[in-house]
Amino acid sequence: MKKLRRKVYMVAGYNTISMGSGRKEFSPKRERPGLEDYIKEAGQGTLKQIGGAQNVDECVIGNFMASRFNRQANLAAFFPFIDEGLRYKPATRVEGACGTGGLALMNGIKSVLAETAEVVLVIGFEVQNTVKAIYCADFLAPAGWAANRKDGHAYFFPGQFSERAGAYFEKFGRETTRKGFARWYRNAIENARLCPTAQEYHNTIKDLEAAAMVEPNAKAFLENLTALDCSKVSDGASAIAIMSEEGLKRCGIPVTDAVEVVGYGQVAEDITKPPPDKTALTTMRQAVSNALEFAGINIGQVATAEIHDCFTVAGIMAVEALGLAEHGKGPEYVIAGNTARDGKFPINTTGGLIGWGHPTGGTGVHMAVTLLEQLKGKAGAAQVNIPDDRPYGLMANMGGDDKTLVAIVVRK
Amino acid sequence: MTYEERLQHVSVLGAAGKMGSGILLLTAVEMADLSLKPVNKGKTFVLNAIDVSDEALSGVMRYLKAQILKIAEKKVIGLRAIYADRRDLVDNDEIIAQYIFDVMNVVRPTTRLEAAYDSNMIFEAIKEDSALKVKIFSQISQNNPKQPWFFTNTSSIPITVLDEGAGLGGRIIGFHFYNPPAIQKLVEVIRSKHTLDEVNEFALAYAKALRKVVVPANDIAGFIGNGHFMRDILYAVEEVHKLLNDMSVTEAIYAVNKISQDYLVRPMGIFQLIDYVGVDVCSFIMFVMNPFTKDEEIHSPLLDKLLGMGVKGGQYSDGSQKDGILKYEKGKIVAVYDPLNQAYVPVSQFQSKVDEKLGTMPAAPAWKTVVGNKAKDDLLKPYFARLTTASSLGAGIARDYVKKSKEIGKHLVSSGVAFNDADVNTVLLTGFFHAYGPINEYLD
Repeated sequence: MKKLRRKVYMVAGYNTISMGSGRKEFSPKRERPGLEDYIKEAGQGTLKQIGGAQNVDECVIGNFMASRFNRQANLAAFFPFIDEGLRYKPATRVEGACGTGGLALMNGIKSVLAETAEVVLVIGFEVQNTVKAIYCADFLAPAGWAANRKDGHAYFFPGQFSERAGAYFEKFGRETTRKGFARWYRNAIENARLCPTAQEYHNTIKDLEAAAMVEPNAKAFLENLTALDCSKVSDGASAIAIMSEEGLKRCGIPVTDAVEVVGYGQVAEDITKPPPDKTALTTMRQAVSNALEFAGINIGQVATAEIHDCFTVAGIMAVEALGLAEHGKGPEYVIAGNTARDGKFPINTTGGLIGWGHPTGGTGVHMAVTLLEQLKGKAGAAQVNIPDDRPYGLMANMGGDDKTLVAIVVRK
Repeated sequence: MTYEERLQHVSVLGAAGKMGSGILLLTAVEMADLSLKPVNKGKTFVLNAIDVSDEALSGVMRYLKAQILKIAEKKVIGLRAIYADRRDLVDNDEIIAQYIFDVMNVVRPTTRLEAAYDSNMIFEAIKEDSALKVKIFSQISQNNPKQPWFFTNTSSIPITVLDEGAGLGGRIIGFHFYNPPAIQKLVEVIRSKHTLDEVNEFALAYAKALRKVVVPANDIAGFIGNGHFMRDILYAVEEVHKLLNDMSVTEAIYAVNKISQDYLVRPMGIFQLIDYVGVDVCSFIMFVMNPFTKDEEIHSPLLDKLLGMGVKGGQYSDGSQKDGILKYEKGKIVAVYDPLNQAYVPVSQFQSKVDEKLGTMPAAPAWKTVVGNKAKDDLLKPYFARLTTASSLGAGIARDYVKKSKEIGKHLVSSGVAFNDADVNTVLLTGFFHAYGPINEYLD
């Protein structure tokens, strides 16, 4: 266990809707809000809860690939657009592929620890529906090693995880593993149906597991995964404030409204190398283990987790990386209902990446917002039970194929 | 000459038309795909897009580009493998752009018929004019030393007439795409009396490469598709006349259109279908067919009369429906043309009155829930059972209509147009998107 040199809190979370196919109001043909609208909505959503822009010392914005999706860079300069009161304040943009949100949080946490700020406004976003999925695949591919792109799958990242799924099938059996995927999908959608901002909020599929068990078609998509095994293309933004005790006081927020950051693990792995074991998320395991050790707790004391299920197979392997199930036993653990909202260890209680959505650069921040809501009993219809003897929440946000990882432990 | 060699030099006549542009697209893609095979490296593939209008050809090139983009996006997984050795093409969008170029690069738009003098095969999709087709075919045949093969898209003219008229000696086959060729899966293949076996074999191989459903039809004017459709129209017009004792002509057209769609579980009513194809086209097909149909008058004075009043139907270039016998707003029928007063009468003026006369409609499944449904019999059988026992005017007309459609289908087989019942059903299911074939036992 390590002790932080000062207490760090997260508070005042806000999520926009995760917009994309699946939402009733979404149509690829209709004109949609731009990135500035998402940034503004999320930023103002948090500012309103902390007494306005004058209380903010620093700003961090996380985004993966606006330079291609939206032809926009220099994103730090959008903070004054959110609120004039943020003009001339220090602002930074960070990037770590799908792990961007986690890095943005880490930047905020470190600023508070460094005592350069008492209040940091953190936003993460991605607006990806500007292009069809087939071009989206191009824009997201740089999350992997560029040298591998040419020989990779048309849907590059789904291709990588389809390979992982294939390796997992081979090692641990296809049938049970696919059933685990299907149960993972069902949990994700059932949770998303309880969260009005979730992309799958309107999902009406009756037999979710049967839908997910349809055989993959390598000619049309992937060898080992179907579209339901994948998170969708999403537009969305999330925001949260990271504060010291002094910051909370300044904003007039009682400490009971905030969650405390009690541990983190930030880990990077060599992007130019293939995973040491295709059937395991070894970097995530390291990040989670660092975070738990930092917090001085074990996984048994955690009530709920938000983990990076960009694909069902990633969700299954993350369950193992968290230490909830032995290597190879993730599918059984999930099939038994342990990770469902009424299970032993509810995971991704508002749907995760598959159910809530995956606006890539915003996902890490969304995870933190969900943990905040759950631990504070403010998750509405999606609320799960947080036992008094397990007052912790854990998030694990992954950039690329298990390359840039952030795990954070928060306390109720 | 192998399949690939044959496709190295091709011309499409009428390439800027509705059918021609679709045939051009499919053929261009097929030729480009051949050219991209490693074994064909260095070989040139040429597809002349021949039409009379430069302006229309310019439009067809834009159409091609937009369509090839869609095709490329769909098959990018395969394209990545095809361009695997092109290390400079990395992202999907680079591969797609290259593919669009490679397909477009096969196509040579021109207004000069002489371009076809070098082709191994000619697709023809010009207007349904027997004399014009004969003239052009013989001109090309006489000037082209390669003894080219002719693939005509005629939907009504007997192939033997063209073959003998142009002196082609069997180097011709009917290869009848359905509209739009890029989407419709059906192709009717019709041999003339003299069609060479190798032409037929090539036609089947080509259809297979395009993933089309082939239905062979005999060389009798109208073949299967229009053989059914035109007689279906004549029957509908007859029904309209029968209703005139009790209704105005607009009301009767509305009633028969409604019955032929809702009661018959078809994708659109018969008069809407006439508008979709074009009143002019339907009338013309009848005109072409009629001389070849013995003991039967394939001719509709009503259609001719409407046409004379400028009622044409057909589609705008964006695919939306032009007003014809019916008037449309956002795809919905809002009025019916009244030939007596030469004006449209809003449906709202008489709809409830006519619906009341037709009586309570037995609860019918919607066409779109039936079509493509694997268990469609479970929906259709109970429905037709209800239709059988219903006593309303509408149900009676519907039953007769279903029986007539079956009779037309059976007649196509007995008169030798179709080889069997299944082929008739395939044409109506595939080419007309019917939810069930006309030859069925639902009302037996």
